[in-house]
Amino acid sequence: MSEALKSDQLGDETSIEYVTVLISGQLFGMPISKVEDVFTLQSITEVPLARSEVAGVLNLRGRIVTAIDMRARLGLPPRESEGNPMAVGVAYKSESYGLVIDTVGEVLRLQKDGIEPNPANLDPRWRQVSAGVHKLEGDLMVVLDIEQVLEGLTDPIAA
Amino acid sequence: MRRVSCDPGTGLDMDDLLQEFLTESEESLDVVDVELVKFEQDPNNEEILANIFRLVHTIKGTCGFLGLPRLEALAHAAETLMGKFRDGVPVTGEAVTVILASIDRIKEILAELEATEAEPEGADEDLISQLDVLAGIGEAYAGPEGDDSVEESADAAPEMAADASGGDDDAQLQVLERELKPGEVSLDDLERAFQEAAGPDDGVDEPAAGAQAAEAQAEPAIAETPAPAEPPVKDSDADANNERREKSVSTQSIRVNVDTLEMLMTMVSELVLTRNQLLEMVRRLNDSEFKVPLQRLSNVTAELQEGVMKTRMQPVGNAWQKLPRIIRDLSQELDKKINLVMNGAETELDRQVLDLIKDPLTHMVRNSADHGLEVTEDRIRLGKSETGTVQLSAYHEGGHIIIEIADDGAGLPTEKIRQKIIDRGLATEADLEKMSESQIHKFIFRAGFSTAENVTSVSGRGVGMDVVRTNIELIGGSVDVKSIEGQGSTFFIKIPLTLAIVSALIVEANKERFAVPQLNVVELVRVQDGSDHTIEMINDTPVLRLRNKLLPLVPLAKLLELEDVTALQPVIEPAQEDAQEAAGPADDPSGAPSGAEARAQADQLHDQSGDADVPEAGAPDAMPAADAGAEPGEADETGEDSNVVPFDSEAQGSERSKAEGNFIIVTHVGAQTFGIVVDGVYDTEEIVVKPMSNMLRSITMFSGNTILGDGSVILIVDPNGIAQAINSDVATAVSAEANEENAAKSAKRASEEVTSLLLFRAGAEETKAVPLSLVTRLEEIKIADIEPSNGRELVQYRGQLMPLVYVDETQKLREDGEQPVVVFSDGERAMGLVVDEIVDIVEDKLNIEVASSRPGIIGSAVVKGNATEMIDVGHYLPMAFDDWFRRQDGLSDAGGQHLLLVDDSAFFRNMLTPVLSAEGFEVVTVSSPREALELRENGEIFDLIVSDIEMPEMDGFEFAEKVRADAKWGSTPIIALSSHCTPAAISKAREAGFHDYVAKFDREGLVATVRQLFEQVGEAA
Repeated sequence: MSEALKSDQLGDETSIEYVTVLISGQLFGMPISKVEDVFTLQSITEVPLARSEVAGVLNLRGRIVTAIDMRARLGLPPRESEGNPMAVGVAYKSESYGLVIDTVGEVLRLQKDGIEPNPANLDPRWRQVSAGVHKLEGDLMVVLDIEQVLEGLTDPIAA
Repeated sequence: MRRVSCDPGTGLDMDDLLQEFLTESEESLDVVDVELVKFEQDPNNEEILANIFRLVHTIKGTCGFLGLPRLEALAHAAETLMGKFRDGVPVTGEAVTVILASIDRIKEILAELEATEAEPEGADEDLISQLDVLAGIGEAYAGPEGDDSVEESADAAPEMAADASGGDDDAQLQVLERELKPGEVSLDDLERAFQEAAGPDDGVDEPAAGAQAAEAQAEPAIAETPAPAEPPVKDSDADANNERREKSVSTQSIRVNVDTLEMLMTMVSELVLTRNQLLEMVRRLNDSEFKVPLQRLSNVTAELQEGVMKTRMQPVGNAWQKLPRIIRDLSQELDKKINLVMNGAETELDRQVLDLIKDPLTHMVRNSADHGLEVTEDRIRLGKSETGTVQLSAYHEGGHIIIEIADDGAGLPTEKIRQKIIDRGLATEADLEKMSESQIHKFIFRAGFSTAENVTSVSGRGVGMDVVRTNIELIGGSVDVKSIEGQGSTFFIKIPLTLAIVSALIVEANKERFAVPQLNVVELVRVQDGSDHTIEMINDTPVLRLRNKLLPLVPLAKLLELEDVTALQPVIEPAQEDAQEAAGPADDPSGAPSGAEARAQADQLHDQSGDADVPEAGAPDAMPAADAGAEPGEADETGEDSNVVPFDSEAQGSERSKAEGNFIIVTHVGAQTFGIVVDGVYDTEEIVVKPMSNMLRSITMFSGNTILGDGSVILIVDPNGIAQAINSDVATAVSAEANEENAAKSAKRASEEVTSLLLFRAGAEETKAVPLSLVTRLEEIKIADIEPSNGRELVQYRGQLMPLVYVDETQKLREDGEQPVVVFSDGERAMGLVVDEIVDIVEDKLNIEVASSRPGIIGSAVVKGNATEMIDVGHYLPMAFDDWFRRQDGLSDAGGQHLLLVDDSAFFRNMLTPVLSAEGFEVVTVSSPREALELRENGEIFDLIVSDIEMPEMDGFEFAEKVRADAKWGSTPIIALSSHCTPAAISKAREAGFHDYVAKFDREGLVATVRQLFEQVGEAA
């Protein structure tokens, strides 16, 4: 698919804009309408007893934001490289979350009908948070369903 | 929620007037509601009648003035009937019901009036004619014509005047000013009469006087229910506010939009944060010129904050206003006689909190009246008084307000609840067996639980106690119930005074900072080696001698799992579990200690540092309590060696000070006192509490988080959560005082090798068992969540895929609902063993009598008198992950290392072998030291020996000595394995030559120790 092109923020009926991010080498896309912020992770307060996907809480311009480690969420090994990771700020159920990713890419406008359903053999953890796959030139972009990413974490484990 | 005049900017004078009228009328009507119910019970009380009469009259008059004929007519008819009451017409329940219905109608009209700014179309003849019939003038519908109204008022007024007695006030002034209708001459008389009657002073020079006046007026009316008093800014009590609003004489109070107050509060919160930031910055500077002005700014901010907080405080009685009416209606509807008693209505709390508890509270009172109280016949049959009582009380305790809703009804039906719990699948019978009655009662707060058999119009509408609980928990409160069957139930709602700003102690545990709310802190104790204040251990349980008490201690780092917690750490149980609750310290009415106070405390502490007293970090009023607790003889002891925590909020040093060492925060929660051990203490800071995100709210250890002066986010520790954490292990923990005795007992028991076993059923009939120590968790997994994959079932578990394994082939998953699963885990991996039913957890001697040749079963044992099959977990683990024992992490290099396991119990040999194999060892097992020594004679060499202690023939100590004595194995590390884990045993083991000592069921501890020793061996080699 070569529909990808840089464009302004205005969406239309047939295409949708994605902010692309890189997590452990894999390209992901988040609908730009869901993305409130992109920021570099400075200082973060770990939350003891929290589930492993919660990286901690941080102060983002006076708001307290819960940071989610996307690598842990996707069952990937922890990040090894130096330097502060980036985070994408999103709102979910009127609360602010920061999805910690490796790096932020660019903004892509992609045709809605270019999306493919999840391949059947995708890891269930990925399947849960993926809203489909876009076939880009030389790359595949997994569309992140932000609601699912966070919903799966708030759902308490049956006790 | 009180309505306060809407947007002030809407312009027209008339609109403002209308708004004013609406607000006021609504408040008046609420009072009328309450007063009417009182009046019904006490029909001879002229004061109440006069009060009602006046309120209704005011509404009627104002309606006429504003040109609202429909309202006027209705109010008029109601007023007429009330006039008749005063003339001696008997007060009937029917009449009161009709009047109440009219009041409700008036409210409806007002609501629409507010929405549309016009009186709605419609007729009220139905009510008016009823009112008229009751008033004896039923033949005609009294229209809103001016004549009629004038006449009526003229009639009524002199009577009013005649009856108005000393308790009334001069509220009618307003009528004079507003009632500009030419016809209402008689009002002058009325007015004069009221004015002549001795009322509260006109010269109210403090705003609160208004509220006092209101109270004073209401008191003679009904003794046990003090009329709700109001804070000055926003009034609800009609007397007080009618009076004030209309008075041109004084403008002691004004109405303020709630939004304005909210905004003010937010701004103050921000200001506090900014001030904290500035203080933080200046602290770092030596000798800054900003210091003095900043100090002033700080003080002013603190006062401002306190002031704003005060404007938000309202008496809890405001949330109770509607209750008498509700109870009255209920009593009629259910045909029960109900007496509502309200105590402590004047207790103040933040209006935000007040708004939030209003609905839950109403619901609970309804519940008590509907479900709690028996019907009259039953009461008589049971020999109870005919009239049931619902008692509502509010009082302060610590930083909280406790509201109790007590009824003397039937109490909670424990059996029914138990049945329902089972029916709803909320717990199994086995679980319930272990629960106390009060634990069972707590199930009524679970979702989807309603014990009422018949759904009445009153309750049982699907809104249950779970909603109540959720709402209360949302504001950081908690709800509890105590019930005695046949005698009644009492519900306790515990809510924080305010949600906004608290003073907190900043502490450090394992390099992380946390905030502990000052309200819960009784005192701070510093412990040091060599001082009398040292942490002592009872069976690994830390305690502190504080004055003449033993204080149970919980290290914060351990609670929060900040460090590698050694397993088998006994849980601490506070010593004073049953101690009577000490009277809560008197609370600052403003609800939050101001910054000024906090500083004052800090100063105080600082001053004390010279003569080193027990440092008191708590609210000042906690001090006498703590002092009182000190025995005179012991006072010296406490005084000498404890050190004062150098609080330094005064920016005295160039750096923000942190007191190092071990500190114990003596904390008081409910009836419990315990010490939280932290590594360091910074100073106190005013923090703006922000709720935890939903995702983190399930962590009970934190009540919220906040942004500190330096911009970092800090978590606020919830002492309630800690207290709960301490309590939840009540079954296994013992009180600190009883610990010594218990330690002796458990030592005795240990020699008999009592094992905790999880009993369950799976597949074949026989009960199966597995040592509880091997089990990670018991889970119920939704069938829907189980995903088949490649011939196996997988389930998402804690972010990992967990395979499910069956005990045998006959077993099937449940069709739907939830599947009980026993989770075993090892490091990151987890396996779910599918079971049909969890039966019980028992403690018994583990004595495998018949070994089994069936895979997966070690053998059979008699557990609690029944034959039970012991599961071999080691058999199932590889079924889940076939590489379970071949993992390539950690000790992968250990492959080829030889380990000797000496244990006379086949069970433990079977259990530990796979565990140790998993660590990469080649394990050789022998059942006695004798066999082990034979191996030595045969020239076998091992890299590590793990040996049991309690063995027949030769025990582990002797074995170890023998091992050490001979050069062949003399340098081989040897680990003791025993259920007998006492310091004496450990030191004996060391003497005997063991390198380390691990509790027998502590699988992880063993693994860790083995790894560690292996590493040492590796280095040495």
